[in-house]
Amino acid sequence: MAQIIVQNVRKEFGAFTAVQSSSFTIEDGEFFMLLGPSGCGKTTTLRMIAGLELPTSGEIIIDGEEVSQKPASKRDIAFVFQMFALYPHMNVRKNISYPLISQGMPKAEVKKKVEEVAQILGIEKILNRPVGGLSGGDRQRVALGRAIVRDPKCFLMDEPLGALDAEFREHMSEELRALHDRMRATTIYVTHDQLEAMQMGDKIVVMNHGVVEQFGVPQDIYDWPATMFVADFIGSPSMNFLRFHGMVGGGQDAVELNGSRIAVPVSRDGAKGDLALGIRPEHIRLSDASGYRGEVLATEYLGTNQVITINTANGDIKARVPSTQSVQVGEKVGLEFDPRAVTLFDTESGRALLSEANERVLSHG
Amino acid sequence: MTYSVTEPSDRQKWIAGFLVIGYALITLMPLLWIIATGFKSPADAIAYPPKVLFEPTLEGYVNLFTTRTRVTEETLASLGEPTTWYDRIVRQYDMIIAGPSRYGERFLNSVIIGFGSTFLSVFLGTIAAYAFSRFRVPLKDDLLFFILSTRMMPPIAVAIPIFLMFRQLGLNDTHAGMILLYTAVNLSLSVWLIHGFIEEIPIEYEEAALIDGYTRFQAFYKVVLPQAATGIASTAIFCLIFAWNEYAFAVLLTSGTAQTAPPFIPTIIGVGGQDWPAVAAGATIFLVPVMVFTILLRKHLLRGITFGAVRK
Repeated sequence: MAQIIVQNVRKEFGAFTAVQSSSFTIEDGEFFMLLGPSGCGKTTTLRMIAGLELPTSGEIIIDGEEVSQKPASKRDIAFVFQMFALYPHMNVRKNISYPLISQGMPKAEVKKKVEEVAQILGIEKILNRPVGGLSGGDRQRVALGRAIVRDPKCFLMDEPLGALDAEFREHMSEELRALHDRMRATTIYVTHDQLEAMQMGDKIVVMNHGVVEQFGVPQDIYDWPATMFVADFIGSPSMNFLRFHGMVGGGQDAVELNGSRIAVPVSRDGAKGDLALGIRPEHIRLSDASGYRGEVLATEYLGTNQVITINTANGDIKARVPSTQSVQVGEKVGLEFDPRAVTLFDTESGRALLSEANERVLSHG
Repeated sequence: MTYSVTEPSDRQKWIAGFLVIGYALITLMPLLWIIATGFKSPADAIAYPPKVLFEPTLEGYVNLFTTRTRVTEETLASLGEPTTWYDRIVRQYDMIIAGPSRYGERFLNSVIIGFGSTFLSVFLGTIAAYAFSRFRVPLKDDLLFFILSTRMMPPIAVAIPIFLMFRQLGLNDTHAGMILLYTAVNLSLSVWLIHGFIEEIPIEYEEAALIDGYTRFQAFYKVVLPQAATGIASTAIFCLIFAWNEYAFAVLLTSGTAQTAPPFIPTIIGVGGQDWPAVAAGATIFLVPVMVFTILLRKHLLRGITFGAVRK
């Protein structure tokens, strides 16, 4: 298994730039998520790591070796495709043994290896079946089997759960994560599903329009987004933005919002102009003591808690509060924001302003 | 997609069956007539009204494969009793077998030229189609249109220029020339057909093979080709049928060494004019290879003709 370093990698298709100068490092044994909306360049990035696309510029280092211009067959990596891409003219056993045959491994050894892998994945019984009639989950397992059978340097997975139905996805994602924990294989996993990324990943890279927006552990990304895009993309409902025009100076620990003073983590950056105060729904409390008020537009009951939409002078926001709290539509409520969980953004650049709270996460770039 | 299917009633089945059999009889009639004529005597073949029931004879087949000379009765008597069944047939007309006819050679020419050009068309068509489908070919759409446009004119319209070119290049009446010509005509069909089939094969299969440590050529050979086999087989049938049956260019460009069977068969002359049973016998035998080839590849043909519209 190996460490993978992606350095200033860029990919252009004619005039279109799919990936702009991206850099990140995947440590040995990590389960690494490439997350972003469709068309953000995450799949292209993965394909460049695999060698299915060659980068226009930049370096890809797998296990200490620069491989950016090497063909896929020379990189010793395994790839799980979204549609699995099992060879339709071969049965399960042949599909799994195919990568070993290309290495010229003796037949007896191939057989042994395939059976080992089949046992790990619980597919011993279907080894001699054609792949055509398999269920989605079994196809997935066969695709995984083909990937793990030859102990590659890393696994690359392109939305491998995308083709499964919702119920089964949950189950398969647990199975995948368990498999990873057992094998400790460096894995890069592409997904557009932020929940999947947070659930499964050791680390996440969030991409948008070919740019790496942020890279870190799920909790840091959730709590301290580097950009408004990340704040909005991650979390459901996503982070609220209370937009205001004003000024923040370095060392300031509060902003003024529609005449109310709102406490924020001590700011390290100064900015003025169009700003936004970002706060997650669960960090908003309803409190009659607060001077900052809004009108309840709607409530959404979700079992243990409820999500209420509130119209404020700075735009509509959503708050997640316990279901036990009674809230009526049309009611005017006071809002209190947890000062430790606030991020300020410069809306023009979309970037978060550094503060005492997020500098640990964001200052490494 | 779902269709509401109602089981046809017995009456509907009878009507459908009747129509199909009726249509089959109408289309098969000329073929049956040719096969039957091959087994008639020359007199029966031209009898009027036409004979449906007749005494079968292999005369037509003997005449097809042999050349015969008339001899005097003395010579005939000096030869003694005929020793073989075909000698006996020939002796009825005071003739003896002088040697084999040219039908065998012409038939072999047809095999060489037909299968040779089919192989070349399919081979070149496959690699061209693969490249068009998988690589960024500059002016790809224009090139594909250009390839298709070679089919927009009936090939025979350019017969004279081709005849002159062939004469200039010394390709007249050569196997290579005919193979080249039929390949050129068939290539557009094969590129387009196979291109359609390869487009339908998800590129992920090859990428999976590349990742699994195979070269691009191995991926093409071991993963794409087996998937495209259906399309390639049906394309081969179309190419072979064209090259096998082609008549006009064959008449124009071949006369001896490389003459194929179609221009040869109608020239078979018997006693007192056209030897229709021999012509019919020649046509019957000529049908066999293409029929066998089609039957061998039949299971691919149905899926092939629907152009992969049926998905599993």
